[in-house]
Amino acid sequence: MDTISTDVAIIGAGGAGLRAAIALAETDPTLRIALISKVYPMRSHTCAAEGGAAGVIKPDDSFDLHFDDTVGGGDWLSDQDCVEYFVHEAPKELLQLEHWGCPWNREADGSVAVRPFGGMKKQRTWFAADKSGFHILHTLFQTSLQFPSITRYDEYYALDLLVDDGRCQGVTAMEMRSGQLRQFHAKAVIIAGGGAGRMFPFSTNGAIKTGDGMAMAYRAGAPLKDMEFVQYHPTGLPNTGSLLTEACRGEGGILVNKNGRRYLQDYGMGPETPVGKPQLKTMELGPRDRVSQAYWHELQKGNTVPTQWGDCVLLDMRHLGEKKINERLPLVRELCASYLQVDIVKDPVPIRPVVHYMMGGISTNTAAATPLPGLFAAGECACVSLNGANRLGSNSLIELLVFGRRAALSAIEHIQGLPASNTAALNARAGETQQRIDKLFSSTNGTESMSGLRKEMMDTMEKNVGIYRTEDGLQEGVSKIHELRQRYCDVKLTDKSNVFNTDLFQALELGSMLDCAEAVTVGALARKESRGSHQRLDYVERDDKKFLCHTMVHHQGLDVPRVDYLDVVITKSPPGVRDYSGDHK
Amino acid sequence: MTQMKERLVQLEVLRYNPDTDTEAHFQRYEVTCYEEGVVLDALNKIKADIDPTLNFRWSCHMAVCGSCGMMINGEPKLSCHTFLREYEGVIRVEPLTHFPIERDLVTAPDDFMEKLKRVKPYIIPKEDKPISEGEYKQTPAQLMKFRQYSMCINCMLCYAACPQYGLTPEFIGPAALTMAHRYNQDSRDGGRKERQEVVATHEGVWECTFVGACSEVCPAHVDPASALQQMKITSSIDWIVEHMIPGGKK
Amino acid sequence: MSRRPLVREVPPTSWYFRHPRYLRYMSREITSIFVGAYCLLLVVGLQRLASGPTAWEGFLLGLRSADSIVFHLLALAAAVYHATTWFNATQKAMPIQIGEDFVPGNVISGAHYVVWVVLSFAILFLVGVF
Repeated sequence: MDTISTDVAIIGAGGAGLRAAIALAETDPTLRIALISKVYPMRSHTCAAEGGAAGVIKPDDSFDLHFDDTVGGGDWLSDQDCVEYFVHEAPKELLQLEHWGCPWNREADGSVAVRPFGGMKKQRTWFAADKSGFHILHTLFQTSLQFPSITRYDEYYALDLLVDDGRCQGVTAMEMRSGQLRQFHAKAVIIAGGGAGRMFPFSTNGAIKTGDGMAMAYRAGAPLKDMEFVQYHPTGLPNTGSLLTEACRGEGGILVNKNGRRYLQDYGMGPETPVGKPQLKTMELGPRDRVSQAYWHELQKGNTVPTQWGDCVLLDMRHLGEKKINERLPLVRELCASYLQVDIVKDPVPIRPVVHYMMGGISTNTAAATPLPGLFAAGECACVSLNGANRLGSNSLIELLVFGRRAALSAIEHIQGLPASNTAALNARAGETQQRIDKLFSSTNGTESMSGLRKEMMDTMEKNVGIYRTEDGLQEGVSKIHELRQRYCDVKLTDKSNVFNTDLFQALELGSMLDCAEAVTVGALARKESRGSHQRLDYVERDDKKFLCHTMVHHQGLDVPRVDYLDVVITKSPPGVRDYSGDHK
Repeated sequence: MTQMKERLVQLEVLRYNPDTDTEAHFQRYEVTCYEEGVVLDALNKIKADIDPTLNFRWSCHMAVCGSCGMMINGEPKLSCHTFLREYEGVIRVEPLTHFPIERDLVTAPDDFMEKLKRVKPYIIPKEDKPISEGEYKQTPAQLMKFRQYSMCINCMLCYAACPQYGLTPEFIGPAALTMAHRYNQDSRDGGRKERQEVVATHEGVWECTFVGACSEVCPAHVDPASALQQMKITSSIDWIVEHMIPGGKK
Repeated sequence: MSRRPLVREVPPTSWYFRHPRYLRYMSREITSIFVGAYCLLLVVGLQRLASGPTAWEGFLLGLRSADSIVFHLLALAAAVYHATTWFNATQKAMPIQIGEDFVPGNVISGAHYVVWVVLSFAILFLVGVF
């Protein structure tokens, strides 16, 4: 097996991975940086983010307000030291991106424009039409091309972390086009591998979001934190699950049920605001968890609209007018027209909540460090405890930048004065990966079909770990996912070729998703309260006495994982009531 | 609630496995799909239910990641944005032309990636400005001057459509040159002169004969043909200033 | 058991049959032959004019032949086709931005057609057709 020696290996070349790579290259041009990704950087799922990125820039705004919105939006499960750091860094990162050429929308005077977003008390979401993530990703990728010290390993599928002497010292990865396994010996590793939304059947997430980075860290001994918090985006296309950005509502779109009623007013987000004049932090600009949960209640009441794609509610943007829609929501118009054949200028569009984002992930602290020395993580794969129990829209694009950079700085700090590594031990670790792959290839008696297992996993997650959860459903979910993990040992690999074998990669991705799915179900079962996106029909209240803490799930091989808890860091905002009733008290 | 309508889809997919094949060959599949689905849905169904050895790239399913470019009935398309409702009979699916086939529908984009890098697709500032001084002012009009060209998703359909690239592989090509134009047009940028070393050459804009196919197939409405013709004009003006106006030499 | 990328060659002499848009492109390019040939004819005419009245009369006589008339009709059709493709291309090569908006492409191309007509009449007027 070829060995590639590097200083820092980064797994994932989306927003967080690229930001980390650039920060490393800028801070110390002598560092050797290996940027490893299973897709070409511009294919990373950052590109699908639409609405924008939050950062305090306008004179009527303040760091404290952004802090309060984030902490309250997260139902007090955010670590407040982390939020504090984040809100201060956010504008700097957005300005940095502006200097690198990001085509942010502008005010008439040439300053950066901001738009309203759900759960935010001020307008602070920087945006590039409704392709903000796309532009952030391409700006970062193109900027990264000027740094010779960044060596990209595009279409390398990362497999296992190399851990020796109690610290992470590299990773094994397979070159997808040749099937060759390589080991990267690195002084520090940054995981920026994205989320795991594909464990659900109906998701905004691209095919690549299979939790590989999370699972890799988890298997290597780093705990997964708060995995039970899965965000449903309220407005997905009912057939493909494609995202219709929250900016649809930020710009003034309204949600109505089959009776034409703006039903959000019935779920603590009213009273009604005038159509076309969105008011911050109320009605359609409530937080995503609440808005998605309101859909569920409407469904129970029979107020949804039956369509050929299932039960929907309607997102009405007609009153925005064609000009504004074309200027600010061109992608949304195009998506609805092509995939649903609905012109949002003329008709309301049927939508329903769709799995969008994992608040949980690899446990990290504010320095983006995991409990495993030498291993850092940033972006959706990490849980730095910024988003708590519910992420606010437009906080994740900026999270990528703030903590991508922070992971890089922490990695540089870590590699100073490290003892020499034991190459023989690392080679032995890499050999274990080789054996795992060889076993998949040589097994002739695989009995479990991959697509079959995948379908069972997705169905289980949808049925038992959806917007509202119960003890019985979660029990069933835990045992089913556990069973699937056992059966996965006999997964059948049909394609035995070495060259771009997507059958193999899908099998490996399924393994990652099952690991993550188990952490989600186990965490959800253990959390006997309702908080943010984790809603239990049998424990409907938030329980700050028992559960003002992070769920930490530890991998135990094929056994059921171990769960323990970590206190939430509270600095200045004691748990309070989430109020989305606007100015009407 | 009405049910989603289904239909039978017939696909002819170009297969190539370097382990066993010396040539590529077509394989016929039949699969039931939702009528409002896209070609990619049919391919995914084939992979899940019929033939796990069929290989192709995809991710976002919303025409923004640029992974799933293929030739569909001879036309370069994103398969996630090619609607079954627009086709009758057998749909022929091939990998993007002008790129080497690694396997099945998977091509090697190395050449494009290298060319993109050569045009220096990043801001080369006129002068350094620290972050502490805030943003560069850029009016909406200045933004609109380049925004269209910043929409490129690097799907490489334009390279598959461009006969000049097929015949002269040294050609920098539509998407990469357009990215040079995008930065040249940005009010924050001062790097045009550096990029001209790549742009205003025989391998650069002068290899383009304005077939216009790039713009016809672009799924993001970037209009590379327009960008390249504009660069030809500015490059010509450069030449005239340099060679025909006394004292105009740079 | 490893990489062996398959390169599909582009047929160098028949690639334009692959797609109607390539045929349209080739037909545009072929018009240049007629335009070039007509330029050559003008050069020859000038040379005849310089050689004296007899040569010039002979040249004019040749122009009246059936072959020449067919050639002129073909060259005219080719030149008109070439001109339209050129004018239609102008909107790509010379976009005009006013404030945030771009002038619609057909306005730019249309302006070229207008100038073409005006100039044509002006030339016809100068040579005494009217």
